[in-house]
Amino acid sequence: MKKSKFQLLMVILVYFFIFAPLLLIAMTSFTEESYISFPPHGFSLRWYEKVFNTKSFLDSFKLSFTISIGATLIALLVGIPGAYAVSRFQFKGKRLIKDLFFSPNLIPQVVVGFALFTFIIVRLRLNVSVALLTGLTVSVVTYAFRTVGAGIDRFDYSIEEAAMSLGANRVTVFFKIVLPNISSAILSAFLLAFINAFNNVPLTIFLSAPGMVTLPVAMMNYIEYNYDPTVSALSVLLMIMSLLIMLISEKIVRSGK
Amino acid sequence: MKKNGWYYLLIFPGLLLLALFLMIPLLRIIIPTFFPNGTFSLELYRSFISNKFYLGIFFRTIRISVLTCLICIVLAVPVSFYISRMRAAKKGLMIALATFPLLTNTVVRAFAWTTILGKTGILNTMLVSSGLIPEPVQLLYTEGAIIVGSVYLFLPIMLISLVGVMENISDEIQEAALSLGANRLVTFIRIIIPLSMPGIIVGSVLVFAGTASAYSTPLMLGGNRNMVMSTLIYQQAMLLGNWNSASVIAALMIVTSYVVVNVLNWIAAKLNKAEARE
Repeated sequence: MKKSKFQLLMVILVYFFIFAPLLLIAMTSFTEESYISFPPHGFSLRWYEKVFNTKSFLDSFKLSFTISIGATLIALLVGIPGAYAVSRFQFKGKRLIKDLFFSPNLIPQVVVGFALFTFIIVRLRLNVSVALLTGLTVSVVTYAFRTVGAGIDRFDYSIEEAAMSLGANRVTVFFKIVLPNISSAILSAFLLAFINAFNNVPLTIFLSAPGMVTLPVAMMNYIEYNYDPTVSALSVLLMIMSLLIMLISEKIVRSGK
Repeated sequence: MKKNGWYYLLIFPGLLLLALFLMIPLLRIIIPTFFPNGTFSLELYRSFISNKFYLGIFFRTIRISVLTCLICIVLAVPVSFYISRMRAAKKGLMIALATFPLLTNTVVRAFAWTTILGKTGILNTMLVSSGLIPEPVQLLYTEGAIIVGSVYLFLPIMLISLVGVMENISDEIQEAALSLGANRLVTFIRIIIPLSMPGIIVGSVLVFAGTASAYSTPLMLGGNRNMVMSTLIYQQAMLLGNWNSASVIAALMIVTSYVVVNVLNWIAAKLNKAEARE
């Protein structure tokens, strides 16, 4: 098929549009000056040093990281059995269950954030970390459910039936046969859910307390009062983290094939 | 497939989680908006609609979301088609490249645009030093900035949705049209775009819903003068403590996204039927 020159031009322009801003941040992060300028002057790593000396970034990174890991693990614990039930059994209200598992992605996150704020923090008087953990679990459970569900759908049911006809019970079959075969789907789901929990702003902005904010919210607060290349440097570090996550998932997808 | 009771046990944790921490909290804020004084009344909604400031914010949110969606479609259609014709390895690379920004948080991506669009930003500096404009112009903290930032956030999603559908369009269809004398542009508009409609609609649902509920991008690029529903709900709830008003906004946001998603899906179903009939 002939490809058109116009389309090629659009491809170049659109990919430039997608990557130029990220490259610009990377370039400004190495500047020697104390403000963001372009083209950047000199070369220094002082802004990276400052990231590691800024307490609010370190604290919020620790909070975001641990809460996101926790939320992801709970989402998987809840999502894997749910996905297995929907994929392998026929039952009344299956459609409804599926819709329910997908609903967190259909309701605006700020709305969920506000609702959880009034319920968990104001009404139940639980602390912010509990609120963050439950909120982020709810917000990423769809990823766990969907990605693992796709993995189970791809796994041939007749293999399970064969194991059962040879006398294994369902629980044994699940842990010995199904789980090892969907491990790559579970790993992908883990990474996808983790990065989405870690990056979440609209929900976590409602669930914070003094000294207890997630990293993206801490960045927003920092930018409001300081406009220096520290945020550029931190952005580059976060991009490296995203890149690693992406490379690992690619590898998983490939080895799964 | 055997029928048995296992599924109750398997779906129970998920049901519990979503009932306790999604459905109940939502109902707890939405239901009281219909009973402001103990009896059923739409008073709170009436006062929201009669408030010009709020109504302006509602329509700004819709306007920004629609425009973002349209711009994403226009940019993504030719690009995705080109990518869909690439060889598998190259196609995979292009998709992976488009996925990368999606894994980077929205604050980073909005921040990049503040450094580009600001008064002393890269764009203004370049325009002034090249003599095109005499002094820096206001680009940041405008509705336009929010739209640029939103397109930036969601264009990759539209690209990926479209490539997924377009790679199933066979080369022969286009070649047949061309060999029958249709020119490239006509072929593209009459054949390729209608066949890509399911992807365009899936992409539009994601882009519209995403833009209409984004928080950091409108805040960082729009400033206080260009509020949208999501920044308004935060202001009402957390800065002004006006929970009634925040709950009404919450209800309106849910209804808006529900209506738009369903209308788009309805259009998609109609198109599918029309296609099946032909």
